[in-house]
Amino acid sequence: MQIYLPIAEVSVNAFLILGLGGLVGILSGMFGVGGGFLITPLLFFVGIPPAVAVATSANQIVASSFSAILAHFRRKTVDLKMGMVLLAGGLVGSGLGVILFNYLKSIGQVDLMVRLCYVLFLGVVGLLMFIESVNAIRKSRQPIGPRKPSSRRHKSWIYAMPVKIRFRTSGLYISVFPPLLIGLLVGALAAVMGVGGGFIMVPAMIYLLGMPTKVVVGTSLFQIIFVAAFTTMLHAVTNHTVDTVLAVLLLLGGVIGAQFGTQFAMRLKAEQLRVLLALLVLLVCGKLALELLLMPSELYSLTRPGGH
Amino acid sequence: MRALLVAFLMLLPGLALGSEEVVLGLSKDKVSITTSFDGSDILIFGAVKRETPIPEGPPLQVLITVTGPMAPVLVRRKEKAYGIWINRDAVEVDSAPSFYAVATTGPMKEVLKDVEDLRQKISIDRVIRSVGAPMNIMDSASFTDAVIRIRQDQGLYQQLEGEVALDEQTLFRTAIELPSNLVEGDYETRIFLTREGRVVSSYRTVIVVNKVGMERWLYGMAQENALLYGLMSLAIAIAAGWGASEAFRLLRQS
Repeated sequence: MQIYLPIAEVSVNAFLILGLGGLVGILSGMFGVGGGFLITPLLFFVGIPPAVAVATSANQIVASSFSAILAHFRRKTVDLKMGMVLLAGGLVGSGLGVILFNYLKSIGQVDLMVRLCYVLFLGVVGLLMFIESVNAIRKSRQPIGPRKPSSRRHKSWIYAMPVKIRFRTSGLYISVFPPLLIGLLVGALAAVMGVGGGFIMVPAMIYLLGMPTKVVVGTSLFQIIFVAAFTTMLHAVTNHTVDTVLAVLLLLGGVIGAQFGTQFAMRLKAEQLRVLLALLVLLVCGKLALELLLMPSELYSLTRPGGH
Repeated sequence: MRALLVAFLMLLPGLALGSEEVVLGLSKDKVSITTSFDGSDILIFGAVKRETPIPEGPPLQVLITVTGPMAPVLVRRKEKAYGIWINRDAVEVDSAPSFYAVATTGPMKEVLKDVEDLRQKISIDRVIRSVGAPMNIMDSASFTDAVIRIRQDQGLYQQLEGEVALDEQTLFRTAIELPSNLVEGDYETRIFLTREGRVVSSYRTVIVVNKVGMERWLYGMAQENALLYGLMSLAIAIAAGWGASEAFRLLRQS
């Protein structure tokens, strides 16, 4: 069934988009990731214009994070104060990101920048995840091995910074600058790449800020919802590139997929899941990298002058 | 004297003063882009009206063109730099149709002289207007060629030589396929009658392509009322996502 997307101005197969949303939904159900980092490149592959893909996945992320955070509020695993600080940085970052995005669009390098960001981040995250999970599998095979004492090491330079604030839910007393900076970086990434940024923020919160793992996911979701909503609005107002029809299709597929994903996840071991996710991330990364490295079959590209 | 008059009439194309005139029919003069829009076929048919018998000599030929809205296009070319392919040179083509189809009764060279093509702007190369490229770009023609090539691949530019059927030098018909990636606007449709490559009569009409219903509403809102549209997109997405996951939860509990 073909459906004409009003903003992207292309006709796509509705089941293809539903399936795409479903695939990402399965993954988010299996691995507990938002999947924004997969949706945007997959939309490139099916021929959605990059500007529309980035703006629309921001919209889709708001929705999928919203249903996820409700569960975290019920379990009280959201550090609101920390969330607010991250958010303050995030909104500034998102604003800067959209300005950067529009500048790159005007000089015709937005495709390149978005792809480079993807190759870089997917490559690094995929590789780290792969190494970590392979090590975990190896360890689980020889269970009597000597275990390292797991002590949460606080980075001393982070504790030397001024303007300290007490975050009760996280049990931290640290400067506001590191979370502000992390928020800023993630906000900028969200605007340029059309991702939630959870895959950057979660490790940063654990390893840099030293937050307890149980509040990390809820708190990052809190920040992601508002930053992605803000990004969506900025893209909608400045570029007119948010496609509601596309977002709803992705979302419906995603919700259905997530149900199956949760079922699959129960039958596999956590380490095996992570190896699979790492391989998938590396696959997408490799495909994007190849497109940059190999000579394209069409050297020329057409755009409307002066944007929309 | 008579020969002079005929020659004179031939120099005045498009005025339909000649003895041959087009009577046109369209299968539809309006194309609506709905949610389920997946391209559209338009049947263009008609007859040649004459007061006198069919003139002797070379047979009549028919050319039919359909032109979408004209717009400037920015063409960028990739070059290899730092090991990867990035956009480098850019040329703005001042005016190119978003859609262009030309259908003829025979090979382009036989049915139309170059002079007439230049005057009437019939072949695609004549329709695209490019004033000039920046000084540093020597091969600006290759950018115009790229527009034609890319849009041909997308089915937006079509050269349908020999696709117009002509019976008894009187009845003609052709089908033009409008692809699914159409833009809105007025699609000018021209019919030219030629003899020996010279235009003896022409006729023009307009096919209107419009988004309708939900497509029209969403597109209009996104352009004119962007803030409200953004808020609405968020609200719809949240409602849909939340609603669907709650529905699944209830389904599993029951």
